[in-house]
Amino acid sequence: MTLFGLHELPVGCTGEVVAVRATGPTRRRLLDLGLVPGTRVKAVRKSAAGDPVAFRIRGALVALRREEGSTVLVRPISMPGGDR
Amino acid sequence: MTRDGTELPRPVVALAGNPNTGKSTLFNALTGLKQHTGNWPGKTVACARGWYRYNGQTVTLVDLPGTYSLLSDSPEERITRDFLCFGRPDATVVVVDATCLERNLNLIFQIMEVNTRVVACLNLMDEARRRGIRIDVPALARELGVPVVPAAARRGEGLTLLKETLHRVIEGRIHPAPRPVSYDPELEAAVAELAADLAVLSREGLNPRWVALCLIAGDESIIPKIRTFCNGKETQGDTHVRNRVTP
Repeated sequence: MTLFGLHELPVGCTGEVVAVRATGPTRRRLLDLGLVPGTRVKAVRKSAAGDPVAFRIRGALVALRREEGSTVLVRPISMPGGDR
Repeated sequence: MTRDGTELPRPVVALAGNPNTGKSTLFNALTGLKQHTGNWPGKTVACARGWYRYNGQTVTLVDLPGTYSLLSDSPEERITRDFLCFGRPDATVVVVDATCLERNLNLIFQIMEVNTRVVACLNLMDEARRRGIRIDVPALARELGVPVVPAAARRGEGLTLLKETLHRVIEGRIHPAPRPVSYDPELEAAVAELAADLAVLSREGLNPRWVALCLIAGDESIIPKIRTFCNGKETQGDTHVRNRVTP
């Protein structure tokens, strides 16, 4: 199974969280945002510079920087347009 | 920011919730204040305070900053956590977005670990209805162990029921019994041992289990706060805390 960092998820695609590799306060923060294993996350849009990226996480739109997003490993589950 | 709610006229009700749950709208609807509202992060920088009268009682309402958690270390979370922990509110309303209940549950459970006198306010019920979302309110109240009041603050729906529920909690006529979060056995054993050592803190109005959880999570910032809270007294609990953290 190929896993990606969350920031590698193309806009419009949905992934399922497999693991959160961050430690300490960053890990706590990501978990509190709802990024626990099994959560589905959709990449909604990228900022002009490509970082941060806005994600739909359990009903909320959350912008994450690459340094945070790259610690969240996801399994891609849908292609652009395939998810609401 | 007033850290100790004892300086505020009692009873004191704290208003907490995730960002964008309509918490400030609810605050304004209850107090009649025209507090500035908007939905950018960090909008509620300090805690707005207001009051309302209900059933002959004047209730002080404290609007805490919107947060997803009590455990991270952002300024909003620190303010909210410190007030809930050390402000001794007579009741705490956790404002919940009825359109995305799931993501709000994390904060409810965290707050219920600190304070037992919690009322959940399911706000944005009008928006939830519009989206065809139906919530079994009695079942939710049963699962959480605390009263759940559906509301649509911007339309004034549910405000009287919320005030009545808070009144009953403050008067001790309703005793919320939050469902405890249970951790794995190893952690529970450590928490129980440490909480037993810290039992003296409950006399000061602190929750020993919550303090134990903070310490096990490696949060040493709570130690000087506990010392200040206990009026600088070298309490037995304080000594225990320090011995545990800095052996």
